[in-house]
Amino acid sequence: MTTKFTSDHEYIRVEGAVGTVGITAHAQEQLGDIVFVELPAVGKKVKKGDEVAVVESVKAASEIYAPVSGTVLSVNEALTDDPGLINQDPAGTGWMFTIAIDTPAELEALMDETAYAKLTA
Amino acid sequence: MADVPADDLKTTPLTGRHTALGGRMVPFGGYSMPVQYPSGIIAEHKWTREHAGLFDVSHMGPSFLRLNRTSGDVDADHQAVAAVVEPLVCGDIKGLKPGQIRYTLLLNDAGGVLDDLMIARPADPAAAGSLYIVVNAGTKEADFARIAAAAGEKATLERADDHGLLALQGPEAAAVIAAIVPEAAALGFMTYGAFKSAFGTLVVARSGYTGEDGFEILVEPGRAVALWDRLLADERVRPVGLGARDSLRLEAGLPLYGHDLDETVSPTEAGLGFAVSKRRREAADFPGAARIVREYAGELQRVRVGIQFEGRLPVREGAPLVDGAGSEIGRVTSGGFSPSLAAPIALGFVRPEHAQEGARVTAIVRDKPTQGTVVKLPFVPHRYFRKPEARP
Repeated sequence: MTTKFTSDHEYIRVEGAVGTVGITAHAQEQLGDIVFVELPAVGKKVKKGDEVAVVESVKAASEIYAPVSGTVLSVNEALTDDPGLINQDPAGTGWMFTIAIDTPAELEALMDETAYAKLTA
Repeated sequence: MADVPADDLKTTPLTGRHTALGGRMVPFGGYSMPVQYPSGIIAEHKWTREHAGLFDVSHMGPSFLRLNRTSGDVDADHQAVAAVVEPLVCGDIKGLKPGQIRYTLLLNDAGGVLDDLMIARPADPAAAGSLYIVVNAGTKEADFARIAAAAGEKATLERADDHGLLALQGPEAAAVIAAIVPEAAALGFMTYGAFKSAFGTLVVARSGYTGEDGFEILVEPGRAVALWDRLLADERVRPVGLGARDSLRLEAGLPLYGHDLDETVSPTEAGLGFAVSKRRREAADFPGAARIVREYAGELQRVRVGIQFEGRLPVREGAPLVDGAGSEIGRVTSGGFSPSLAAPIALGFVRPEHAQEGARVTAIVRDKPTQGTVVKLPFVPHRYFRKPEARP
């Protein structure tokens, strides 16, 4: 299991051919209190970089982009009633969706934890 | 990164305090200001509704307009200084009682709002012939130039926007200030006074923009940090940033200049008819009076309303409002998520036939409809301090 990061502050935790996507602790801190999450439809096919979800804080709406191409397998329904989970536990219960990864090679272009830590330092 | 003010942004006497408290600094009205502290907007919002929130509003434009020559007759001097600003605004400034503050509007010749502001008459007879005027940050250069031009040789506008301006808002604000400036706790809503204190002379107004009881305190630049620290030393007080200031004023149904008010919007359209005094309306002696008198008689194209939406999706500034058939009937001018109601709320303008309480409206957000209902403003009841008896 490895976790990769985008420069837009999404993470993808990869187990085999499936990735779990959310936003990083740094991102949720920058956004502040999250009050609404718009999740993709299960089964939706997305390309790397497509706008796939929206996170709204008290102040503003932020688009979430697909870190890799693939098909949405499941979404975190708990966020609909409790979007604050993203603030409380972004890497755990605040996950947003899972994706069946089309092209594992796309993961190579993403940052590892060390590189991401450097970006947000 | 974001907590270092950019070179072209102005700072307030309290900027160092904000960064030390972990405030997230953003550009606002030409200043670097804290949008929130680490506790977050929702916690800051709720704290203000339940206890007392402390806001740095030093970016705004406090000022004093003073007659160059006073006669010594207190009332005549007030009439004279009021006559300097009345041609610019729609409010009854001459009719202000000593110590009274009035919310009014600077208008252009088309009756559009150039700014909303507070004008107050000093309670102290020794200060007769002056006015305390507080304008918005983003418009203050133009406002001050306009007022100074109107003053000509008769009066002088003295800016105080290098000072600290602190807002202390919430149900525990009065108990907090009583320990520092006892006289301030005795002020009625929308009155003010200048009081000596351990922090120099403070100009304290019982006013604010959150819908709560509270105070706005002008303090000389060198004393602002000490006063800020003293207020925060009280456990009932926590610092609150611009994010919660915006959600609080939205819940209170109060318009924000540059969003709900601009140069095209008239006071009548904005539901601020109360700010057009009867005497001024009857005399039609203010900029844009012809339009406003016509609108007052019923010729309105749009009016400001409050809308509460279903679900949780925030409906923000710019979202189109449509009727059941999908035709545009207006637009949202400010909106967001109400922490008190845990629901999306918005202010917007609609055609008058869609403005009645209970009317159903649809907003379009990211090409999808979301349903709302026109509700009575404010969204959250005001809790201003009302004295049992009106003062003379």
